[in-house]
Amino acid sequence: MEQSKKMRQIAIYGKGGIGKSTTTQNTVAGLASLGKKVMIIGCDPKADSTRLILHAKAQETVMDKVRELGTVEDLELEDVMKVGYSDVKCVESGGPEPGVGCAGRGVITAINFLEEEGAYTPDLDFVFYDVLGDVVCGGFAMPIRENKAEEIYIVVSGEMMAMYAANNIAKGILKYSSSGNVRLAGLICNSRNTDCEADLITALAKKLGTQMIHFVPRDNQVQRAELRRMTVIEYSPEHKQAEEYRTLAQKINDNKMFVVPTPLEMEELEELLMEFGIMEAEDETIVGKAENA
Amino acid sequence: MSEVKNPLEGITKESTAKLIEETLEMYPEKAKKKRAPHMSENDHEDSGCAIRSNKKTVPGVMSARGCAYAGAKGVVWGPIRDMVHVSHGPVGCGFYSWGTRRNLTSGTVGVDNFSGMMFTSDFQEKDIVYGGDPKLEKLLNEAKELFPLAKGMSVLSECPVGLIGDDINAVAKKMENELGKLVVPCNCEGFRGVSQSLGHHISNDTIRDHIIGTTEYAEEPGPYDIALIGDYNIGGDIWAAVNVLEEIGLNVKAQWTGDGQIEHIAATHQVKLNLIHCYRSMNYMCKVMEEKYGIPWLEFNFFGPTKIEESLRAIGECFDDKIKANVEKVIAKYKPKMQAIIDEYKPRLEGKTAIVFVGGLRPRHTIGAYEDLGMKIIASGYEFAHSDDYDRTYPEMDKGTLVFDDASEIELEKWVEHFKPDLVASGIKEKYVFQKAGIPFRQMHSWDYSGPYHAYDGFEIFARDIDMAINSPTWGLVKSPF
Repeated sequence: MEQSKKMRQIAIYGKGGIGKSTTTQNTVAGLASLGKKVMIIGCDPKADSTRLILHAKAQETVMDKVRELGTVEDLELEDVMKVGYSDVKCVESGGPEPGVGCAGRGVITAINFLEEEGAYTPDLDFVFYDVLGDVVCGGFAMPIRENKAEEIYIVVSGEMMAMYAANNIAKGILKYSSSGNVRLAGLICNSRNTDCEADLITALAKKLGTQMIHFVPRDNQVQRAELRRMTVIEYSPEHKQAEEYRTLAQKINDNKMFVVPTPLEMEELEELLMEFGIMEAEDETIVGKAENA
Repeated sequence: MSEVKNPLEGITKESTAKLIEETLEMYPEKAKKKRAPHMSENDHEDSGCAIRSNKKTVPGVMSARGCAYAGAKGVVWGPIRDMVHVSHGPVGCGFYSWGTRRNLTSGTVGVDNFSGMMFTSDFQEKDIVYGGDPKLEKLLNEAKELFPLAKGMSVLSECPVGLIGDDINAVAKKMENELGKLVVPCNCEGFRGVSQSLGHHISNDTIRDHIIGTTEYAEEPGPYDIALIGDYNIGGDIWAAVNVLEEIGLNVKAQWTGDGQIEHIAATHQVKLNLIHCYRSMNYMCKVMEEKYGIPWLEFNFFGPTKIEESLRAIGECFDDKIKANVEKVIAKYKPKMQAIIDEYKPRLEGKTAIVFVGGLRPRHTIGAYEDLGMKIIASGYEFAHSDDYDRTYPEMDKGTLVFDDASEIELEKWVEHFKPDLVASGIKEKYVFQKAGIPFRQMHSWDYSGPYHAYDGFEIFARDIDMAINSPTWGLVKSPF
C-alpha cells in the first residue's frame, strides 16, 4: 500500500555568486528525471532562479505583479506560477532594485501569498527555495521559518570567503533549529578547482557535524547550457556533468542525515584553513604597526 | 530658588518615602530597580531628590507615553493650519491622530486652514517592498493640485519609512523645486527615542533647517514684536494668551504652532522676544534663535491669576516703561474679576487635593491655578519630561509631596488609593479607571473638551470645570463597586 508521502521543502543557501541558482536548477532537473514533482521558489529580487527551467530571461515575479495590480489580494496564482522543463513549477518572489524599499519583505509577502493561494499542492515531492546569497535581514530567513523548509543545503567551494559564509549560515541554522525542525542536510561543493578542495570541504562538513553530500566538478558544459538558458540535463543528458547532477539529485532524494549544525568559532575555522594551506598563520607582533614605525 | 513651601498636613518626606517603598514592592526585582529612580519625595533643597527621566519605559507596564511621530504630528507640526501635513506610511498613524488633540484653529477650511483634514500615503505591501518614494511624489503633486492655496507641506515619517530606508529628504527637495512650494521632510519615525519628546526635538530641527528665516513680515518690524512659542492652542489657550499680551501693548507676530501660519513662523527671527509656554517641546528653538539671531527668551505661565501677574511683570521688565505701565493697568483691571471667581469657587474647593499626571509642562504650570482656588497638589508627574523640567518642578511642589516620571497604571492606582485625592488630572488612558472608582477626574491633555484654561479668559472656565468635577452631586448618587 502506498504510504502518504511528505512534501520535502529544501532551502539552498550560500555565498553570493557561488552558483546556487545553477546548482539548484540542475539538481531539480535531476529530481524531475527521477520522476519527482518539484516546485522552485526564487527568493531573490534578481529573479534568476528559474530561467534555466523556463528558458526565459526573467520570469514575471509575484512582487512585480503586486505592484502592477496594486494589492496582493488582486493577484491570482496562475499570474505568477509558470510550468517549465519536466513539469517543474516555477515562482519568483521578485522585489526592488538594489538601494530602495525592502527586498526581505518581498520574500515574506510572496511566500505568504503562495501559501494562501494553495501553491503547495499535495502532489509535490519537493519545494526548493533558492535564497539570495547575502542574508541581510529576517525576510531572507522566511524560507526556514516554521512549516517551511526543514532541510538546508549550503553551496560552498574551497575558497576562503565561501567557507566563511557557509559557517555563518550554519550559525543562522543553529538559531532556527533550536525553535523548530530546521536542520542542516549537507554541503554541496561547487568546485572552483582550488587545492585539496574535496578534502577541505569534507573536513569542514565534519566539523559542522554534517556531510559533503556531493562534489560537483567544474565543467564548461554548464556554461554552454546556460547560454541556451537550459540545464545541462536538458541540453546534453548524456554528458558526464549531467550525470553529476543526477547523482546529486539521487543523493538528496536518499538523504537521511539532518543535523543541528555545530558552527565553528572563528579561530577554529582559521586553523582549518591554515591546516590546508589556504591561509597563513598571522604574525600578531606586526598587527597595527605602520611600515615606517 | 523660591522658599520652601509649607509641608502638607499628613504628608511628610517619611510617609511619601514609605509609599514609594510599598509601590516598588509590587514589582519584580528588575523592574523595581529600574523604576526606583523615577519617583521621589519632594525636597528641592536636597539635590538628592533628582528624578531620573527621559529613559526607556520598563517593558510590560502600561505607560501613557506616545511616540516620536506623535510628537511631530500631534504636537509641533499638526497645529500649523495653513499647511498640508502628510502622515507618510500605513494608514493607522494618520487616522488615529486625526482631530484628536483639540488644537483649535481659525480660518476657512480648504483656503487657509487644512488642519481638519488628514493626508496619508496609506502604504500597501508594494510600497514597503519597492519603497514609498514614488507614491510620496504622487501624493504631493495631488495635494498641490487639490489645495493650491496651502502654503506648504510637511512629510511626517511613520516607522516603516525609516525601516526600509526611503529617502524622503531627497523627494522633498525635488518636489519643493517642482511644485514651487515648501516641502518639509521630518524623519520622526515612531521607534526613535523613548517618547514623543524626541519627536518635538526632531520637528524643532526641521523648523530650524527649513523654515526659520525664510520669510519676513509684511509690516515693518516694531519694538514690541514678540513670538509665542510652545502654545498649541488646546481649547483656545493661545487666543486667551494673545488677548492679554496685546492688551499690554505687544504685537504677537508668530504663534508656534497653535493656530499657526507658516510664513509668520518663518519670520520669527525678526521679533524682539520669544515667550515660551511649553518649555519641554520648544526650548530647543528658543535657544537656536537666541544663538543665531540674538533673540532673548522668557518662560511664562498664564495659569491662574497669581502666575499671570508674576509673568506679566516679568514680561514687562523686558520692555520699556510704557509696557510696564500697561502691565500694571491690565493687572488692576482684571483683579476684581479674578477675585470674584476666587470668591465664588474657593469656598467649595479650599483644602481639596489633586494628583496631576500629564505631558511635559502642565504638571508644574497648572499648580498655581489650583492653589489660587485653595487646592493642593499632593503628587505630580510627567509622561516625557527631562531633568530640566524636574528642576523647575521641585520648587512648585510642597515638601514631602510625590514627584514622579512616566508612571504606570499600577503605580497611579496605588498612589490614588493612598492619597485619596479629590481630583485626578491626567489623560484619556487614565480617565475611566479613576472615574469608575468614583474619583472625580479631568482629562488635562485636551482640557476635557472644554477650555481655554489659559490666561484671564481661561481661569474662569478652569475654576468652573474643577468645581464641576469635584463637587458634582453625581458622586453622591453612585456607589463604586470597587
